[in-house]
Amino acid sequence: MFPRIVYESFRRQPRRKLLAGIAITLGVAVATAMIAVATDIGDKINRELRSYGANLVVTPQEDTLDVEVGGVNLKPPSDGAFLSEADLPKIRGTFWHHNIVGFSPMLPVTVKLGSGSDAKDVTLVGTYFNKPLSFGKEDFTTGVKITHPWWKVEDKCGDGVPPRPGRVEDSPAACGWPDDNSQNILVGERLATKLGKKPGDRVEVAGRQLTISGILSTGAAEDDQIVAPLGLAQQILGRPGVVRRVYVSAMTKPQDALAIRDPKTMTPEVYDRWYCSPYVQSIAFQLEEVIPHSHAEQIRQVAQNEGTVLSRIKGLMLLITFAALFASALAVSAAMATAIYERRVEVGLMKALGAGSFAVSAIFFAEALLLAIVGGIAGFFAGALLARQIGRSIFNSEISIEPVLFPIIIAIAVFVTFAGSAAAIRRAVKFDPVFALRGEG
Amino acid sequence: MSTAPGTLLTPKQVADRRAPSPHISMFGRMLLRAAVLRRRRAASALLAMIVAAAVATAMMNLYVDVQAKLRTEFRNYGANVVIVAKDGQSLPTDTMARVESTLGAKTLAVPFSYAVARTKDGQSVVVVGTDFTRARQLNHWWKVSHWPDAPSDALVGMRAAAVVNPKANPNRQPFELTFQGKAIQLAPAGMLQTGAGEDSRIYLDQSEFQNWTGVAPSTIEVAANGTAAEVEVSIRQLAQLLPSAEIRPVRQIMEGEANVLNKTRATLYASATLVVLTSALCVLATLIGWVFDRRRDFAIMKALGASEHLVNGFFAAEAAALGVVGAILGFFIGIGVAIWIGRVNFHAPVVPRFSVFPYVLAGSVAVALISAILPIELLRRVQPAIILRGE
Repeated sequence: MFPRIVYESFRRQPRRKLLAGIAITLGVAVATAMIAVATDIGDKINRELRSYGANLVVTPQEDTLDVEVGGVNLKPPSDGAFLSEADLPKIRGTFWHHNIVGFSPMLPVTVKLGSGSDAKDVTLVGTYFNKPLSFGKEDFTTGVKITHPWWKVEDKCGDGVPPRPGRVEDSPAACGWPDDNSQNILVGERLATKLGKKPGDRVEVAGRQLTISGILSTGAAEDDQIVAPLGLAQQILGRPGVVRRVYVSAMTKPQDALAIRDPKTMTPEVYDRWYCSPYVQSIAFQLEEVIPHSHAEQIRQVAQNEGTVLSRIKGLMLLITFAALFASALAVSAAMATAIYERRVEVGLMKALGAGSFAVSAIFFAEALLLAIVGGIAGFFAGALLARQIGRSIFNSEISIEPVLFPIIIAIAVFVTFAGSAAAIRRAVKFDPVFALRGEG
Repeated sequence: MSTAPGTLLTPKQVADRRAPSPHISMFGRMLLRAAVLRRRRAASALLAMIVAAAVATAMMNLYVDVQAKLRTEFRNYGANVVIVAKDGQSLPTDTMARVESTLGAKTLAVPFSYAVARTKDGQSVVVVGTDFTRARQLNHWWKVSHWPDAPSDALVGMRAAAVVNPKANPNRQPFELTFQGKAIQLAPAGMLQTGAGEDSRIYLDQSEFQNWTGVAPSTIEVAANGTAAEVEVSIRQLAQLLPSAEIRPVRQIMEGEANVLNKTRATLYASATLVVLTSALCVLATLIGWVFDRRRDFAIMKALGASEHLVNGFFAAEAAALGVVGAILGFFIGIGVAIWIGRVNFHAPVVPRFSVFPYVLAGSVAVALISAILPIELLRRVQPAIILRGE
């Protein structure tokens, strides 16, 4: 009898059930989407924060002082210690290699620009642009295109026409970012203006004729410098296989009390926890482990601020998610209360026929449960789709929903539907059947 | 206005006695009685309205204010504009005053001057003169063990410290530097750690630095507040004001900020829209139930001969009144919520924006009217007798 009443109730009043079901579906969809966005926002914003550039720098342990004013390096060229280029791919072998977005080695060399008496000293920096490397079985590319996203290269050849084959002898596509294995260079914006050079022109650098493949604009010291493939800088310096420092861009966890503790004073358990958390300090520690004779340091301007920005945005999304959950719970409750209130006559009839309060409530709760489960499932998938759409249109990447959320969302939907129905059911049950049947009240 | 019994009233007196027009007062009385007699249902509808209006207000307030809050947060990344003297010259002496008067008091500008000095054993080291109070405000990320307070105190970079004082020096022994033959004795007040170029430098107070080297500031770092467009305007103003200097935006900071801010804004917008839509749905569900519930009132009015126009007007007026009251109460609650969120999350109050009010009001009334019109449209087709029979 009980299942039949519930079944018939759905069959005979499809419109009312549909309305309540839609309210539950929409409420659950919004809740699911917001929970998914809020749980993933930290990761997404962390990735966006990488557009501030590297947050770690690795230098040789025995490094001497940088003597640099306004982008001009005043240090003697061969002075100081170096890191070995061959060690760099090992960065991908650290514990947190999935968090390392990219790295770029730098090798500044002071070179003579031009020839004869009007030659002048400029800094040439050797680096990776978009270098393919491999570590173990893993192939990856890295370089300044990833770690320094604000570097812009004017990629039109001088007169604005796309490069023609034959115009620049070394490589047909000599405009824009140079190839990592080429002998082409980028010239900083201000330096290029001073020299009156355009992409495609040639300059004499340290006695070699090199092709300018692009004009680099960074808004920083590189605007007065020359940027070249690392191999070329090593040739000019006469020290193959060396780099001066490595910039590493890593996604980190905001710093807390554990992060700033000295690993030497930790107990083994605390040390494990510290080592296995992607703090900027522990990533620096792991970089020192894989690169011999190195010293890794956080770049505080970038590393210190991203934590605050990240926690602010995460906190904000959390609060908004609460608002969304609250609003959808209210919407579901309101819809359920309305649906039940409309059926007082039915309740009156059931009670007049001798049904007890318990039996009547049980029917309503069974109906609510069914609605909550069906609406919850539909809402979960609609919400997952919505979250994916948000992720795609805002962050250009998927916001994935943890499957573990599914039972939680269904449980929340059932709970909210019950809570929303409870007051209305109690009132409906308490209502005098005589008045209900007479249509009063 | 007492008249003796039996005297005939003039039409004017009759009109006066009836004033204010009974038609209007009846309408108003019906509205009032409807609210009072069905308190519970009316209260639950009003509650839904208030919550929706509050949530919408809070979201709109946050959407506008959070961007400003985040921008202040992003200023912790330091300068976004740099003023550099052309060709390694010094900036004119009045530059700082002119920059400050153009950009206003809220903008932070810090002068820097550079020189390469030699240590006792002939090592080159970059010495920088600056204003410590300002530098401290601008560069929050500098990790400084102790900021200098005496004029001859120097702030020594981590790596520079190893050069000027080869043995780790906890007892602050003074060290000597020479610049073009002029020597100076400096006491290391504290250590500076940034992980960048600053670690290799020694920082001095500007006046002390200038007395010693005679070099005036060549760089001013500016933390310009405001949107990207406002910063552009500041840059253009500065370029006009200082023809002898180059004004450069710090692209790393400006682009990173724009990127993160745009993404956050878009997420916030999507979330706020979802939340506002959900609360509108809540109002819709409650109000439709409320109006539908009163189909007997509707039927009685029609049975007593009320015109369709009047009945529709009655329900619409009721819904509109609900919308207005809900919007006003909800608005103030919403402002409260926004201020609370500002406190909790940004540790700074959100400024209430009353410009949001018309939107909240219009939205609330519109949602209320829609929720009233939908059930009335359904009921209109039904004969009053059927409703009164309770079918």
